[in-house]
Amino acid sequence: MPTPPSARGGRRPVAVVSFAQAQNQRREAHRNEVETLMPVFADVLGKVGITKDDVDFICSGSTDYLVGGPFSFVSALDAIGVWPPRRESHVEMDAAWALYEAWVVLQEDGVDAALVYGFGKSSLGDLSRIVALQLDPYVMAPLWPDPVALAALQARALLDAGKASEEDFAAVAARCRRSALDNPMAQVAYDRTVDELMTEDYVVAPLRRHALPPITDGAAAIVLAAGDKAFEWAERPAWITGIDHRIETHSPGGRDLTLSPSTAMAGRLAGVQDGRVDVAELHAPFAHQELILAQALDLGEGVSVNPSGGALAANALMAGGLIRIGEAASRIMDGRADRAVAHATSGPLLQQNLVAVLEGGR
Amino acid sequence: MAEAREPVTTLDTPIRLEYLFSAGIAQSKNLRGLAEGRFVGQRCPVCSKVYVPSRGSCPVDGVPTDEEVALGNTGTVTTFCVVNVPFAGQSIEIPYIVAQVLLDGADISFMGLIQEIPADQVRMGLRVEAVWVEPDQLGPSMASVKHFRPTGEPDAEYASYKDYT
Ligand SMILES: [Zn+2]
Repeated sequence: MPTPPSARGGRRPVAVVSFAQAQNQRREAHRNEVETLMPVFADVLGKVGITKDDVDFICSGSTDYLVGGPFSFVSALDAIGVWPPRRESHVEMDAAWALYEAWVVLQEDGVDAALVYGFGKSSLGDLSRIVALQLDPYVMAPLWPDPVALAALQARALLDAGKASEEDFAAVAARCRRSALDNPMAQVAYDRTVDELMTEDYVVAPLRRHALPPITDGAAAIVLAAGDKAFEWAERPAWITGIDHRIETHSPGGRDLTLSPSTAMAGRLAGVQDGRVDVAELHAPFAHQELILAQALDLGEGVSVNPSGGALAANALMAGGLIRIGEAASRIMDGRADRAVAHATSGPLLQQNLVAVLEGGR
Repeated sequence: MAEAREPVTTLDTPIRLEYLFSAGIAQSKNLRGLAEGRFVGQRCPVCSKVYVPSRGSCPVDGVPTDEEVALGNTGTVTTFCVVNVPFAGQSIEIPYIVAQVLLDGADISFMGLIQEIPADQVRMGLRVEAVWVEPDQLGPSMASVKHFRPTGEPDAEYASYKDYT
């Protein structure tokens, strides 16, 4: 039996063994959440030849604010069929944090496999108002600052600090959308030059159309397995050799928006710098945020950043971070990479950040 | 010098959000059925249970319930309550009965209003039938069912609905 690569933290080695996602699209007009998730579950379980009865723990990430109804995460369980009953949990966050919870639970003996999923139908309501409600309810949310305006403040801070140019934002967008041409699940993909993108109008200055994420309906799922079970189910499991998440103040006005110290700390504790990084999937909904994250993680030259196209190619809320982990893991599992970094963000302007290091081992 | 003021202890922050509702493929079939004055359920291919309405999957087996099942107009009261409390916007005279009705051939009950019988005579096992609104009032919602009323048949045996209470 091969041995997993050594990991930071955790008493049992845990790996991603399967990843699946729904087609990302602007509006899924016909299927409800349950109907969107069912084929994703069939896909993610089918890829490793298992059934729902093979998983010991189920954890999801979603938010009722997108659906506009209470306990939507409970009805989503109808898509998996939790009978006989089993351990199940939910986070009102991106499903990358559900994966973190599953990783913790998998440290227990007797829990050998977990199904993690996230879903978000962003098309059902006015996203700019819904997202504003994650701000503090007393002084910020009543002003209804929309996410594009907030992101523009962050981009402006980068320009004012001399840390980036508008062309740098366009270069990120051009690369991500070009990479997305190879991603059949992407929603926005094109081959355009920086010069072409710079002719676009501002949506909110200094952000042009290309620097914004699409509004996406989507869902994704991952199967995690511990120890021997991972080798049993996957030829080349993507071992989680480090995972950590950190949070900053709720108030965007209380931070230096050009930096992401929580990403830097999570990256350090996850061991990003312990070896060469082949691939980094960074959850940067706005183009300029990729620059902040790459700097916080100290990713050098030669790292393939967001080969899937990242969140600029598709941005299903509550699933986008989990998809970053899945995209990174896929590249380990199919041998395109040996060591990958996956990042997920939640909250306004990169408030909370999770970093995972995935390795194929020998 | 600013004069001392009472601390602010409350503030109003009105929030209004509007949503589209995504009924889904399965429940849309049920809603279209209601607009035609009939109940449409869906059967699970694994356990054969019939859900009305189906949300698209069998919550026990987690598989699509894509076999459509036309259901009749009659069913059984599995449980009920007597509403005696008036509230704003109430359109029905109290006391009235809200019951769980298990349609014949279905494996899940849903909520219905029971009328055309004194409140103190409603009971578990009572056989009822749906009374639909006028054809020009039918729409894709449960509002198409005006209420349920007794059929006059003998009560259903408890054993026939004990798994649905
Ligand atoms: Zn079933």
